[in-house]
Amino acid sequence: MRIKKHPILEFGEQTKIHFTYNGKKMYGYIGDTVASALHALGIRRLSDSIKLKRPRGFYCAIGNCASCNMVVNDVPNVRTCITELEDGMIVKTQEGKGNVYETF
Amino acid sequence: MFMKHFRLIIIGGGPAGLSAAKIAAESGVKSLIIERDFKLGGQLVKQTHMFFGSEKQYAKTRGINIAKILINDVEQNINMITVMKNTTVVGLYEDNVLTVLQGETYTKISFDSLVVATGASEKFLAFENNDLPGIYGAGAVQTLMNVHGVLPGEKVVMIGSGNIGLIVSYQLLQAGVNVLKVLEAAPTIGGYKVHASKLKRLGVDILTNHSIKKAIGKDKLEKILVSELDDKWEFIEGSEFEIETDALCISVGLSPMGNLLSMIGAEMKYISKLGGLVPVIDHHHETTIKNIYVAGDVCGVEEASSAIVEGYLTGLLVSERLGFRHKDFDNLYDDYNSQLDNLRSGPFGVRTLEGLQELRGERNVK
Ligand SMILES: Cc1cc2nc3c(=O)[nH]c(=O)nc-3n(C[C@H](O)[C@H](O)[C@H](O)COP(=O)(O)OP(=O)(O)OC[C@H]3O[C@@H](n4cnc5c(N)ncnc54)[C@H](O)[C@@H]3O)c2cc1C
Ligand code: FES
Repeated sequence: MRIKKHPILEFGEQTKIHFTYNGKKMYGYIGDTVASALHALGIRRLSDSIKLKRPRGFYCAIGNCASCNMVVNDVPNVRTCITELEDGMIVKTQEGKGNVYETF
Repeated sequence: MFMKHFRLIIIGGGPAGLSAAKIAAESGVKSLIIERDFKLGGQLVKQTHMFFGSEKQYAKTRGINIAKILINDVEQNINMITVMKNTTVVGLYEDNVLTVLQGETYTKISFDSLVVATGASEKFLAFENNDLPGIYGAGAVQTLMNVHGVLPGEKVVMIGSGNIGLIVSYQLLQAGVNVLKVLEAAPTIGGYKVHASKLKRLGVDILTNHSIKKAIGKDKLEKILVSELDDKWEFIEGSEFEIETDALCISVGLSPMGNLLSMIGAEMKYISKLGGLVPVIDHHHETTIKNIYVAGDVCGVEEASSAIVEGYLTGLLVSERLGFRHKDFDNLYDDYNSQLDNLRSGPFGVRTLEGLQELRGERNVK
């Protein structure tokens, strides 16, 4: 959900960009982070805890807690809360600690 | 191996770091600002409210606009200030070297002097299921709403009635979100009365002596269990009740982020009035490790206003130590110190002053 009307801030006309999330086509706006775009689409579960697989979501938004780690363009452990969304990005949920070989 | 070298490196592009770079540039020192986010401004970029304080620190101006001024000052000065965004400092070593991570690449950079201005991080609260999606730090909620225009949920409960908890609750209302309750474990409201009354006028209930016992939900937050607390901060049996909510916002204070300083072995001291573990510093804002300085929330959680002035002061002092004395050094030095004294003379400033006295043993200046 996005803010429609705000007494102080102007979000105005925003430019739509597209990305995929676990293979599905999604959209966000220029200026979004990967995490804010997913959140706006109602996707709260961004990662799973490594051992017990407990769902984890957006928590600190400053790149400090790793709760939002995902695989972005084949790079694992990307802190999606401080990663700017780009057109054509491939975003996936991460299995466990993330596979380094994915990048080779 | 060829290693990049800078006379001055500043870690963190928040108000403290930006201000330090500005004065260093004015003194004639070129610097590099390293920021892990993809934008500069630190905590300020999400603050839509007007600041208190005095005119010199932009009181009556909204945080977002102060950020614009500070960022502009730095970006105007490309000859003197280099900025590296999307870059996290992950290591700090003896011999004036640090390691940065950009994407998947680690690089070493060396410096003559370093200013650590990494700010603070939000404290967490221990309760059952506190890791469910839908539970956020108050700063994260602000970022979502005020930077990205995204709503955290429809019905929010705020934990903590300090100024940040109160301000963010008000901002949630402005964004059209229903704030169900503000819970405060202490017997009295922590923040300024003006902020609390504003919320009360808008129908938000602030419950003192109350806290969360557990969060309930499957894949995301659905409900919370709240309990009353007695005067020993113990849950009162039988007082529990549930609140249906899809977003819980935790605002129980900030702690300085001095991990890099601990890593390099700078002497740290736990001072609760300054927010937690802070580096021991001298009158030049230098830590116990030579050539490593600090400014802003990392050396005691305060406000953006004081972070800005501390940044200026530290930039001034570091430059002088590097052999570049600002042409107006004496006046500026006195001015910054008196601004800091002023900022610390209010009801909340007293805490900082006492904390600093504890840290330093005697004097009032950081
Ligand atoms: C909700 C809220 C309301 C507030 N209201 C007020 C107010 O009304 N008036 C007021 O004066 N103050 C207010 N403040 C406080 C003020 O925002 C902070 O005190 C101030 O931002 C601290 O500045 P700083 O530069 O020390 O740190 P920050 O602003 O936290 O900046 C630190 C920067 O360092 C970066 N960083 C951290 N670690 C690394 C690393 N390892 N590598 C690279 N970069 C790194 C971070 O990404 C960040 O950009 C408020 C704060 C909040 C959260
Ligand atoms: S939400 Fe904490 S690192 Fe992204």
